[in-house]
Parts: sequence; structure tokens; C-alpha cells
Amino acid sequence: MAKVQFIKSADVKPWLAELAKEHRVFAPSYDGEALLFRPFDLEQEIILDRAATMPPKKTVFPQSEKLVDFTYSKDPENLSRVKIDARETLPEGSTVVFGSRPCDARGFTMFDRVYLSDKNTDIYYQARRKNTLFITLACRTIENTCFCNWVDSDPCDPTGSDVLAIPMNDGYLLESVSEQGEKLLNSKLLADGSSRKVEADKICQEIAGSINNTKDLSQAPAKLLAVFDNMQFWEEVSAKCLSCGACTYLCPSCYCFNITDETNGMKGKRLRSWDNCMSAQFTMEASGHNPRPTKAHRLKNRVGHKFSYYPTIHGGVISCCGCGRCIKSCPAGIDIREIVLKAIDFEPAAVEE
Amino acid sequence: MTKNIYLPEMATIQEVIRETHNIMTFRVTLNNPEAMKNFSFKPGQVGQVSSFGTGEATFVINSPPTRMDYLQFSVMRTGEVTSKLHSLKAGDQIGVRAPLGNSFPYEDMKGKDIVFVGGGIGMAPLRTLLLFMLDNRADYGKITLLYGARSPVDMAYSYELQDWLDRDDLDTYLTIDAPYEGWQHKVGLIPNVLLDIAPSPGNSVAITCGPPIMIKFTLQALEKLGFKDEQIVTTLEKRMKCGVGICGRCNIGTSYVCMDGPVFTRAQLRQLPNEL
Repeated sequence: MAKVQFIKSADVKPWLAELAKEHRVFAPSYDGEALLFRPFDLEQEIILDRAATMPPKKTVFPQSEKLVDFTYSKDPENLSRVKIDARETLPEGSTVVFGSRPCDARGFTMFDRVYLSDKNTDIYYQARRKNTLFITLACRTIENTCFCNWVDSDPCDPTGSDVLAIPMNDGYLLESVSEQGEKLLNSKLLADGSSRKVEADKICQEIAGSINNTKDLSQAPAKLLAVFDNMQFWEEVSAKCLSCGACTYLCPSCYCFNITDETNGMKGKRLRSWDNCMSAQFTMEASGHNPRPTKAHRLKNRVGHKFSYYPTIHGGVISCCGCGRCIKSCPAGIDIREIVLKAIDFEPAAVEE
Repeated sequence: MTKNIYLPEMATIQEVIRETHNIMTFRVTLNNPEAMKNFSFKPGQVGQVSSFGTGEATFVINSPPTRMDYLQFSVMRTGEVTSKLHSLKAGDQIGVRAPLGNSFPYEDMKGKDIVFVGGGIGMAPLRTLLLFMLDNRADYGKITLLYGARSPVDMAYSYELQDWLDRDDLDTYLTIDAPYEGWQHKVGLIPNVLLDIAPSPGNSVAITCGPPIMIKFTLQALEKLGFKDEQIVTTLEKRMKCGVGICGRCNIGTSYVCMDGPVFTRAQLRQLPNEL
């Protein structure tokens, strides 16, 4: 049974301060005009009435992280020989993210299928994922860029979260989703919330009813493959693209990375950093050959990966959580929903006899 | 404890062979004797070789699993990592993450006639399988090798070619693009020479690797000779980073070349979207 607790709005910050004694706590607050998940600070205002500009992706998947530390040392017997010592550097400590949205937390489940597969385990990701808990806030307002209901989710979806917080008029109903989440709900600042459960369920139903009509994307995998070779289609939908990559960096389910080395004197590190499939360098080979030479090819792969290849590999699950950040933040106004729907509706022109 | 897929094994370069003006071969052993003893791989599998401070790049292990004194990588100087590797010498330390990827379907090839068609550095993956087959000679039928390069000085593994030519159990043909003084073998582009040799497609498998333009015309030549898509095996190249199907750049549709490849039959390639 899930643990159900209630917290008054005024007690949220004191509760986070309690949690911050044991964990690194992140909550959404403004950094200039950007609403970001930042280390919790009692002095800072926590903003919960809108989705953050960036998802809390970096709490589990840092923008740049060290994979290997290495040092060079000269062999005293033979100074032309350099000995290299390489060590892994695993992340430590636990993190609590407060105020993630259902789409944000669900994004990590897209990572999980790839980073924690039966073929390979990414131990850096695994260490952070295991030790990062999400207290996710159900959405009471739906923006016109939101489409989580198209991708098998909803504004109260607990998938990928540890605690689901449902905003009520005087506070939040906190329902544990995982065992680790249940442990977070032991504070004296919280009171039993079971009596408010019916009210909370009703709120969730109302929100779900207010979101725009859903679309059936079950044909997307086949239809996107059907237009694969139609470069006119892809040139049209990518015409406005600036290849800036904002869509990838802001995406809770974009998980591509690059590996690079940096050195400083007799030391160095191998880093893993977010990469961007919209950049020409992403697939550029040393020979100069590029299998995705134009932005049309690259956008095709981005949309194809999320709505066709990934679902084909992973039992139909679309690798998009419908948060709409790529739509909201695209400087050129590209809407991924339109591209997918256009591919689904695309009828090849009849070949003239 | 779960294995760290990104942490390379430290390895020592035992020998460096200059093959051509831009290809060098490195024979390396893993520093941890246990790791070296327990290292196993299949012909066609690749490794990420790293020079710490510069980075990693993908190369096929071109020594066969039947000869485990060292692991051999042949490196054509093309970009940053390969240029750095070319500056290394015996005794230098590198990192190796291997084996990665799939392998040649050598079990399915048992009892069949084998036709190798290699161009330039594309001979490297073929060498692994060729030597593996020669070391298990009774398992395979007639073996034919056609190896071509621009000119004799562009031909890697020059020190073994005479042995291959001399063997009774291997039909070796060498070709270069244009006449060259003293050259006693064939002259002509690989696909044309292949049509001249005309190996029978009957109970055969053809394995080809080389630059894209050579592959393109070799596939056409094999088709002309009657080889079906299932009888043609090749290897693909892509820019790779993680080598284990996570980092997301080497996919062709749903297939990750680093993990599901690099070896594909022509029949498999036809199933993939057109994005080579």
C-alpha cells in the first residue's frame, strides 16, 4: 500500500530543508528568466505553478561528467616511457528532486531501457539513478504545448517517480510510489492524508479531462519508415531548423552523448557530455563522409528515433514524454507533433502511368 | 560487481609495423595477465583503442582468436586519434575496450567455399577471418582471396602475401589499380578482376570489405556472378563513441552498427533504411 500524507503549502520549504540534511535537494527556482532545478536554498522562492524551462535531466545525467581519471608518470628507469594509470570515478551521495513533472520523471524510464539493459549496464547512470528520488508534482495547468496524453501518459502519471504530489487548494497530497519514496514521507511536518485521497483523485480526473484530444500514434513507427527516403518531405519539415540543438538539450528523454579527453599537465580526464544529433559533427566520420549530411537527415533521425526506432526496439514505447519543451523553446517554431502527424497522414503521390 | 563498460583495459604496445605510408599495425597485450589469458573474441569483433588524452577510435581486431600471443590492430591515419596512435612506439601504453560488436557468421560458413574480396585497409577485418579459417582449414571448402590496393606500396601485410600466394589451400589474387614497375600480379580495379576470376557462387559465401566505392561495385560484380544477397557478407563503419549501443550516433534505423554490427549480410542491409 502506498503511503499517503498531506503537507500544508507553508510547510513545503521546511520539509525540503529537513530533506536537505540527508540529501542534495533540487527544486525549481528562477535563474534570471530561466526556471531551473537548482540546489535548494531556504532564501530562494520555489516556483511550482509552471513547468521548468529545463527538465531535471542533469540530476541523473549531468551535462558533463567524468568517466575516467588518468595520470601520466615517467618511468624512472627509462624516461622515454610514460606509465598511465586510469581509474573510474563513480558518483556518490543521494539526491532528491522536488517539483519535477510527470513528463520529467517519466523521461528517465526512456534512459533506463538503454542504460540499464540486459546487454549493458552504464554504472555511472545506474549509481545516480538509484540514488536520485523524484517528488513529482502533478500538473494542474495544461499548456498548449503539452501532449503527454498522446504518448501514453497523463498529468498525474507516477511512472518514474518516487512520490507523487497532487496540488490541492491548501497544500499537497503526497503519495509514495516507490519504497525509497515512502521513506521520504516520515517527517513530522506531514500528516496522514488518506482522508483527502478521494478529493485528490477527483482533481486528477478533472485535469486529465481538460487536456487536448489525444492522437493515435500507433502507426507512427511504420509511417515514419515509409517516408524515410522521401527527402522532399524531410526538407520541408526541417526548412526552418537552425540546427541549434535546443530541442535535444531540453528534452527529458534525449540521452545521446559524446566522450572526449582533456589533459592538464600530467593528469587528464575522460568526460561524457550531452551531445546533439542536430549537429553535423554528430555523425561526421574522420574520412569526411557523413551519413546524415543535411539538417533534413538529422531531423529525420531525431523524429524517427523517438517515434519509430525506439518503439520498435522497446515494445512500442515512444521515446517522447510529451512535455512540449522542444516546441516551446524552438527558436524557429518547429512542432514535432506536426511532423509526426504529417508522416502518419502522408499519402505518396500516385505514380503517373 | 558490474563491469564498467567505459573503463579501458590498459595495454602495452609490443610491436609496431609500418604497413604503408598511412597504415600502421600495432600488436598489443593487456597489462593484466589474467585479463589477457581470459580474453576471448570472435573474428570480426572490434575494439575501442584509446590514447589517453586524445581519445578513442574503433578498429577491428585483425589477429585471429586462434593466435592469442597478442591482439593486432591496423590503423589508417585519418583523424586526431589515428594520428596520435601513429606517433606511438613499442612499450607505449594504450587503452583497449574489447571485444565489441558482432562477428562474421563463421559457423554458418563451415563446409562452404569462401571468397574474400578486400580493398585497402578493408583487408584488416578479412585478415582475421582468413587466418582463423586457415587455422581451422578442414572446416571450410575452397578459399579464394582477392586483395587489391591502389599500388604495391599501398598494400598492407606485404610480409605475409608471399606465404598466402604459396599456399596450396588458398587461391590468392593480388591486384593494383594501374601498372607498376616490377609488379607481377593482376592490374585492374577489384570488381573487374573479380569478374575475371569468376568464383562460382554455388556453395559459396563472399566476404567483402573496403572503401565505399569499391564495395558498391564489388556488390554489383558479385550479383552479376550469381551471388545471392544471403551469400554476401560485409562490414560497416560509422562514427562510434560508446561502442555498446547507448550514445546514439551509429544507428541506421533500429540497428546500431557498434552493437548489432559491424558485420551484416547484404540481405540484412536491404532491410535497413538507406542511410549508409
